[in-house]
Amino acid sequence: MRWVGRSLLAVVPVTIGVVLAVFFLLRIVPGDPAAMILGERATTASIEALRQQLGLDLPLGRQLGDWLVGVFTRGDIGTSLVTSQPVASLVASRAGLTALLVLLSVVFTVLIAVPLAMLAASHKDGPLDHLVRVVPTIGMAMPTFWVGLLLILVFGVNLHWLPVGGVGTGPGEPLRSLVLPALTVALGMSPPLVRALREQLVEVLDADFVVTLRAARLPSWRIQAHVLRNAAGPTVSLLGLNVAYLIGGTLVIEKVFAINGLGALLFSSISTRDFPVVQGIALVLALTVVLVSFLTDAVVALLDPRVRAA
Amino acid sequence: MSTAPAREPSPGTELIATRAPGRPSVRWWRRARRTPALVAGAVILGVMVVLAVFAPVLAPYDPSAQDLGNGLRPPSAAHWFGTDQLGRDIWSRVIAAASTDLRIAVLAAITPFVVGVAVGLVSGYAGGWLDWVIGRVVDTFVAFPFYVLVIAVVFAAGTGERGIYVAYALVGWISYARVIRARTRTLCREGWVQAAYGGGLSHPRVVARHLLPNVLPLAVVLLMTEILLIMVAVVTLGYLGLGVQPPTPDWGTMISDGQLFLTTRWWVPTLPGLAVVTTGVGLSLLGDGLADVWRLR
Repeated sequence: MRWVGRSLLAVVPVTIGVVLAVFFLLRIVPGDPAAMILGERATTASIEALRQQLGLDLPLGRQLGDWLVGVFTRGDIGTSLVTSQPVASLVASRAGLTALLVLLSVVFTVLIAVPLAMLAASHKDGPLDHLVRVVPTIGMAMPTFWVGLLLILVFGVNLHWLPVGGVGTGPGEPLRSLVLPALTVALGMSPPLVRALREQLVEVLDADFVVTLRAARLPSWRIQAHVLRNAAGPTVSLLGLNVAYLIGGTLVIEKVFAINGLGALLFSSISTRDFPVVQGIALVLALTVVLVSFLTDAVVALLDPRVRAA
Repeated sequence: MSTAPAREPSPGTELIATRAPGRPSVRWWRRARRTPALVAGAVILGVMVVLAVFAPVLAPYDPSAQDLGNGLRPPSAAHWFGTDQLGRDIWSRVIAAASTDLRIAVLAAITPFVVGVAVGLVSGYAGGWLDWVIGRVVDTFVAFPFYVLVIAVVFAAGTGERGIYVAYALVGWISYARVIRARTRTLCREGWVQAAYGGGLSHPRVVARHLLPNVLPLAVVLLMTEILLIMVAVVTLGYLGLGVQPPTPDWGTMISDGQLFLTTRWWVPTLPGLAVVTTGVGLSLLGDGLADVWRLR
């Protein structure tokens, strides 16, 4: 219980920080947001009208107060300038697909990173270990969207295994359409994870209990199972640390595969200069990251009594 | 810069290192030459930088010269990387884009480096409430998905180079601040830092003359990773249409223009990406190599 209290002590200031940061994010840049939204051909009158609509004519303190009260009491994160819909419902309508893509990416990331890290750690300093350490160096240098294009080229076009764009309808189709994009995100996500996880596993493999298990002549696969259990905590917390990166990568990949999720909403709002929607998406995603980090910390604490006690 | 780590011998491995003969800079070179990652990284990056700097001389064609009758040709002796939909020579455009993208990546990396190292040092050295506040600010920035933050700032500051600089100045300092703060805290627990202060040196002097040279190698290694990240971000923004604007050649816009021909003319979108990967591998090898030479792992 002490652990929960301490975590909340960190979560609350960050949540407030995020809400404040989003408010200032689009206001720090010199110039008038209203003029920026309307572009070069706007008249002074139309700029003034938009300033009033957005509340930009009010003093900054008042604007900030309104924003905080709106967010924290009514969950009001603004209204779209283009469709006049509440930003919250716009985001909600697209969030499902993006969430599904993120989840699938996490599954693929674990499936790629954990075995590779195991392999490298159990062959420490051997040729396999070096190979597993060199490949991520190349992987880190690849822009994820470009990897996506290569996957389309190989699996979609040459082999005709998987759909290459958009999201199909019908039973199982949405999931099938998300395989390639999720794989792309997972390939981008795995390199740093493999590296970090390998370090953790090397430590676990050196631990006294593993030596004891070996001495007891336990079959190697059963030792691996024990090692994996001990690696579960670090894997979850590494995924938690990288969730922001994961979500960002997912949004970009949506563009490559023409998926109509939050990324698509973000990019279309940028081209229509829909300021409140961009702001709202940034807020929702950052709060999601805060929540997920908190939850992963909780899961790690559940998995490992040592963390709870610390 | 190269002599910095040797000037302030810290306990442990560094002491053994300083016993080797020769001046510190000479020893540094000797060790560097025997680190394969560093040599490979420096060579790859060196080639890319030469290509980028001398692109106007080395390019066989004018990167923006169109030859509509000769569009979408596959790689050949005349056009090493083939031609794009407007008949422009892709090789010439790739090396012209190298100068755009590398220049932006390096310039955008400077401000966050300076700010991040300073914030990390102050936060780690001062501790107390200042450290707590900086820690929460860092947590707040970390909560934003990198691309969402960058895209939002570019949206506000305007697309193109200016937006990239503003966005990166705003978010890039975080990783330095985190790493340097942690390192500074560890160093502060060591006797010699306390001895320096106890010996009558002022706080600013301890930080600037004693702590800074000790964390600088770590920061420089991180700088390589950051330049790589910025380069990938610049290319990604270009791909999304939010980065470098045409007609300035940029790897990202080249890939996004070529995506239409992915299925039939693979070389148009894929070869510019290969340039990104090559440069990136050079940067990360250089970073890994420097970490090895400075024994940071």
